[in-house]
Amino acid sequence: MADTAALENSKKIQTLRKSPASLLGKAFEAGSVAGTVELREVPFLTMAGLRVDPAGEAGERVGAVTGGLPAASGEVRGSGDTAVLWLGPAEFLLVAPAESHDSLGGELPRALIAALADGPGQVVDLSANRTTLELSGPRASAVLEKGCALDLHPRVFKPGTALSTEIGGIPAVLWKTAEETYRVLPRASFAEFLGRWLLDAMREYASTEVP
Amino acid sequence: MLLIPCPNCGPRDETEFHYGGQAHVAYPENPAELTDREWAEYLFYRDNTKGAFAERWLHSTGCRQWFNMLRDTVTYDIQAVYPMGQPRPDKENTATGTTAPTVTTPVSPEGAIK
Repeated sequence: MADTAALENSKKIQTLRKSPASLLGKAFEAGSVAGTVELREVPFLTMAGLRVDPAGEAGERVGAVTGGLPAASGEVRGSGDTAVLWLGPAEFLLVAPAESHDSLGGELPRALIAALADGPGQVVDLSANRTTLELSGPRASAVLEKGCALDLHPRVFKPGTALSTEIGGIPAVLWKTAEETYRVLPRASFAEFLGRWLLDAMREYASTEVP
Repeated sequence: MLLIPCPNCGPRDETEFHYGGQAHVAYPENPAELTDREWAEYLFYRDNTKGAFAERWLHSTGCRQWFNMLRDTVTYDIQAVYPMGQPRPDKENTATGTTAPTVTTPVSPEGAIK
C-alpha cells in the first residue's frame, strides 16, 4: 500500500491529467440531444489487460479476484462495478472505476499481479490505453449502426455484452451496459476521431424529423 | 465483402481480418542444408490454386487469433474453418461448398504461454 504522503501527491498529479477526449467535452455536451441520444466521456477508468489461460490454476486465482473470467466471445463477467470483458480465448480486459487504481488508493492492478504470482500469463495496467465514450438514448443503436457491421438488434445484442470490433472504420470495443446505453472503448489515439465521428453521426437527431 | 466465420467470435466482416497467405507451408527440417533455390522456393513460392485453397487468417480486430480457412478462389465460398496445426480437411467432405463452416474448438491460447 502506498504511504499517505505518496498518495496525496499522486492525487495532486491526477488533477493535472487530461483524458484523451477531454478536448471534445464541450462538443459532446453541445452535440447531445437530451432524451434522444447523448454522448459523454467517462475518463480515467482503471483498465488492466489480463492474459491467462482461464482453465489453468493461475486463471482461477485471477478469476477469484475479478469475480470470474468470461468464457466466450461477448461475455462480461465481474462483481460489483468491476467488469471483465472477453477479448480472446486467453485475453481479457478488466474495467473498473477510476478510484480502484492503486495510485488513487485502490487495489488494482496490484491485487491481480499478486493473484497471478509466478503463474503463466500477464497482468498489464492499461488504464491509459483506451478511453471510454458513453453513448446513450433511444437512438444510440441507430448512431452505432452507421459504422458498425455487427447485428445490434436488441434481440441479438443484449445488455452485458461486449465485442471487439470496428466502429467507424477503427478498432474499438463495444460494450452494451444497459438497454439503451453503450460504452465504446477506442484506443486513446483514436478517441478524438471516434468522438467527432459519433458527433457527426448524432447530428441528424438534433433537427426535427422530416415527414 | 466476405463474411468470415471466426471460430471464436462468429461471422464478422472481412475488414476485421488479416490474410496470412497459404497454410500448411512447413518450415524446412534443416534450412542450412537447402540450396539457394530450395530456400527461395520455401520463402517465396506459393500455390496459385483455382478452386479450394487452404489459407491462414488472423482475426486482428477481434480475438486476435489465427485460424485456417478453406476457401474457393473462384466462388469465394468458405468451405471450412479449422484451427492452426490441424491437417487440411478432406476435400471430398467440403467439395460442395454449401456445407456450413466447421466451427471447431477455440485455438490454443498462445498469449498465455510464458
